[in-house]
Amino acid sequence: MNLTLHVWRQPSPRAKGDFRTYEAAGISPTMSFLDMLDLVNERITQEGEEPIAFEHDCREGICGSCGMMINGVAHGPQKLITACQLHMRSFSDGDEIWIEPFRADSFPVMKDLVVDRAALDRVIEAGGYISVRTGSAPDANAVPIPKPHADRAFDAAACIGCGACVAACPNASAMLFTAAKAAHLSYLPQGQTERYERAAGMVTAHDEEGFGNCTNHGACQEACPKGISVEYISRLNRDFLRASLSGIAAAGRGD
Amino acid sequence: MRRVMTLYESSIGKKVAMAVSGLLLVGFVVGHMLGNLKAFQPWDGVGMHPLDAYGEYLRTLGYPVLPEYGLLWGVRLALLLAIGVHITAAFQLWRQSRSARSSSYGKARPQVFSYASRTMRWGGVIILFFVVYHLLHMTAGTVHPDFEYGAVYQNLVAGFQSPLIVAVYLIAVGALSLHLYHGIWSVFATLGAQNPKVERWRRPVAALVSGGLFVGYAAVPLAVLAGILGPL
Ligand code: HEM
Ligand code: SF4
Ligand code: FES
Repeated sequence: MNLTLHVWRQPSPRAKGDFRTYEAAGISPTMSFLDMLDLVNERITQEGEEPIAFEHDCREGICGSCGMMINGVAHGPQKLITACQLHMRSFSDGDEIWIEPFRADSFPVMKDLVVDRAALDRVIEAGGYISVRTGSAPDANAVPIPKPHADRAFDAAACIGCGACVAACPNASAMLFTAAKAAHLSYLPQGQTERYERAAGMVTAHDEEGFGNCTNHGACQEACPKGISVEYISRLNRDFLRASLSGIAAAGRGD
Repeated sequence: MRRVMTLYESSIGKKVAMAVSGLLLVGFVVGHMLGNLKAFQPWDGVGMHPLDAYGEYLRTLGYPVLPEYGLLWGVRLALLLAIGVHITAAFQLWRQSRSARSSSYGKARPQVFSYASRTMRWGGVIILFFVVYHLLHMTAGTVHPDFEYGAVYQNLVAGFQSPLIVAVYLIAVGALSLHLYHGIWSVFATLGAQNPKVERWRRPVAALVSGGLFVGYAAVPLAVLAGILGPL
């Protein structure tokens, strides 16, 4: 297949970027999207231009580093997969493909398609932990967990922190990510001790990082490669409400 | 109070403020719509028209325990407060979200498109302008061709003779209905009541209330225009 790519090029965080056009010739439908970019990069490098910078690591949909907008959709046209799991058979000969970074002020562009998603780490730091007594390993099944709760916690824990939810959200809100990280602990007995401090801390950190607010559009759920449900956001709202009205949120801020 | 203020400082708190004030306003618009339908109540020609009597009843509700018009003004102030909170929070949230993405996508293809959810802000502004116009038209009578204080039924009939004015009312009520189609659905998620059991009812309830409001509000102006509701 021969394709035309319009790729966002931006040499440094503060530089003004723009779209540049590249021809991607001789692309096989069995290639992954990142393989295709590798091939184009080889050619670009030979021509003496800087290769297109993009993030990648596992290339199998588990590390969450490869996020980018492909034709205006986070992770590209296929549902429930990451950009690295996308195959070129999803495109046809002669297609034009627009590739640009995830855009949010909390995700500054470092270079080309690479954005800094450390803001998500800081949201986790604000509450993504539990207190346990260390020492010898506890007996298996010493703490019974109802199956539905385990399932829901596990579904939430599938979040790979890719940031597609932020990228797709019309408000650049990170509520789906934040809600998934909170729920994955709050559904388990081990996560109960800090449950409300966690909700308060993570939501406050989310706001302080400059993410937008959720207006229940549901674009995040649609974009999420792991199928995280917006129901978790509603649960976080409830926990946050309880934390605020019982004074936990105010106490946590030291005022 | 401090807790409420801490809550309000967060994005979720502002959403909750919108949801609670919005629900109060929904309660009002449902009641108001039911009241309007008194225009259709048959009248035997004795005493006041049922709609006028209903208006009189609202004005004197609570009297003589409360001062005359006391409860009426209490409700009006509460509604004004709710509108104030709703708009202030909407504005603050809009500003927050706008600054969360200052550079827009070169090419964006929204994966979820709900006309109702995307028009919340502009739809809200239309509703606001309409509320001001409507108060000048039917409450104060300033922009009414032939207004008589207390003669509610006559004012309706005279006020809806022009198809242009009926069109304005229909557009505004359409905007309100669309706003609430998303709003009532959204409110469950905002207040933390979204779960599989509620999920099945969320859309139907939103559709029923917003659709019912549209039909109920559109009925009176259309009936006047069609001559079904005529001068007494
Ligand atoms: C006067 C101007 C108004 C403006 C500017 C406005 C604006 C908004 C905005 C921006 C939202 C949030 C949308 C979202 O979450 O996606 C909203 C939600 C809502 N509005 Fe309004 N609105 C107005 C009037 C009204 C009125 C008159 C009612 C009721 C009759 C109403 C009821 C609601 C409800 C129930 C919600 C849902 C709250 C939630 O998302 O949980 N609004 N409005
Ligand atoms: S919730 Fe989904 S889209 Fe958002 S960061 Fe986690 S995996 Fe990515
Ligand atoms: S490279 Fe790891 S998820 Fe795509």
